[in-house]
Amino acid sequence: MLCEVCQKNDATVFLTQIVEGKMQKANLCEGCSKEKGVSDPTGFALADMLLGLGASQQIERGQPSQRCPVCGFTQADFKKTGRLGCSSCYDTFADGLANLLKGMHKGLVHTGKMPARLSRQFAMADRVKTLESELDQAVKQEKYEEAARLRDEIRQLEHELQA
Amino acid sequence: MTFENITAKPGQWLQGEGPHGKIVVSSRIRLARNLRDRPFPGWAKKAERLQILGEIRDHVGAIPAMQAGYAAALSDLSALQKQILVERHLVSREHAAKNAGSGAVVISHDQQLSIMINEEDHLRMQSLLPGLQLSEAFRINNEADLFLEDRLPYAFHPELGYLTACPTNVGTGLRASAMVHLPGLVLAEQINQIVNSVGKIGLAVRGLYGEGTEALGNLFQVSNQTTLGETEEEIIDRLGKVIEQVIEHEQNARQTLLERRANMLLDQIGRAYGILGNARSIASKETLNLLSILKLGADLGLFPETTQLAVDELFITTQPAHLQLGAREEKLSPEERDTLRADLVRAKVKIIPEPNIAKVGPAANGRKKDQ
Repeated sequence: MLCEVCQKNDATVFLTQIVEGKMQKANLCEGCSKEKGVSDPTGFALADMLLGLGASQQIERGQPSQRCPVCGFTQADFKKTGRLGCSSCYDTFADGLANLLKGMHKGLVHTGKMPARLSRQFAMADRVKTLESELDQAVKQEKYEEAARLRDEIRQLEHELQA
Repeated sequence: MTFENITAKPGQWLQGEGPHGKIVVSSRIRLARNLRDRPFPGWAKKAERLQILGEIRDHVGAIPAMQAGYAAALSDLSALQKQILVERHLVSREHAAKNAGSGAVVISHDQQLSIMINEEDHLRMQSLLPGLQLSEAFRINNEADLFLEDRLPYAFHPELGYLTACPTNVGTGLRASAMVHLPGLVLAEQINQIVNSVGKIGLAVRGLYGEGTEALGNLFQVSNQTTLGETEEEIIDRLGKVIEQVIEHEQNARQTLLERRANMLLDQIGRAYGILGNARSIASKETLNLLSILKLGADLGLFPETTQLAVDELFITTQPAHLQLGAREEKLSPEERDTLRADLVRAKVKIIPEPNIAKVGPAANGRKKDQ
């Protein structure tokens, strides 16, 4: 039996872990098992590796030639490594990833903490959206005074957002 | 702080006992963070990784908890030094093995917090405490995170949360884990049931080789598997509750063994004590397994209380790199290591008095038959 990581040497280390009642097995050669931190039962590398093994197969959706505009990463690269190229890859490969993430996690939306600066920005961006739809309404109803006030408020917020 | 300061004393997680310290050896929290729109370390060219290292490094060093800490580029560390950090759980094995060109590590003076730069993610922050203290470990880690988020442009997505190189870590980027010592469940042959039931609720239990029955030193790591869709507190809470149940099962298993199979239990403990106190050459695997039984004996009151700390320390100091460091000589052969390990263990175990059988009560007088 060949090592699942390098596909070269004979596998001599056999790992089993059970997740959600499903058994997951990995067969590794000695070299790869050392490199992956298998002999360190307390390490996180093992969890990361086992979770990553099946991951690379699942992103193959959309055009295979698709390339991340920020870092040049492609789907073929993901298949090889099971890792993405940069944070923008999450947008570039969003379609394929959604499916992959669904199988991996409890939900598809982050509910935990966020950087304070960003949470202020997101709140402002949300406010801008609300104001814009109010502005539309005001214009339609020919409430020009209110529209002018809304427009000023939006400009002010956008200015702050850019700062 | 120098490298010698780190090796001079055990990490704080090894000093003194944390809550549930008899069964939960340590609690760890890891947070993964990255810089926005910059290639992850595994994809970046070396020049870019070095640039990112330069941008991150000073900020990490400036974290309040890192004052009087230790910082080093991996390229400045010898292979032995890196291995020492791995054995102390301060640096991951992969980081030590692969990222010499552009990786770095910063460690707090009490060794509770260690931050790896350019591991799989730009930042991997880890906190490590004795016993069951997941929330406190998160608090320590979160403080460092709050400090850095004001100074570094984190990659954060409004829906997906913190973005990581591997999609398995996206969201909170949080991995919480507890290392639990479960000799009772292993001896009572109930460990598979526990491993299975914990596995069913989205947590993972890991041992080495086989179905988790032969974990070295009866040590198991229980951790969360999913990072997206729950808050940090929910993840930690869920894990904490499960660990508490595991503790209860382990305590029950120990109690049942004492009541029904005391002779077998005392036999195992006596043999471990005998071998560790007299061996002249002993391999790492056997050492871990026997130390585990000795630790169980100490938990049951058969040995003085100080024995637990001695055993926990031996778990680390009998690892290959720590032996090599103690030898201060040419590279040890595996045979020499086994001899040195036996010397080290013998010296510590010889001063422990013989198991005090009276401590486990009348059931343990050796006459009661094993089931």
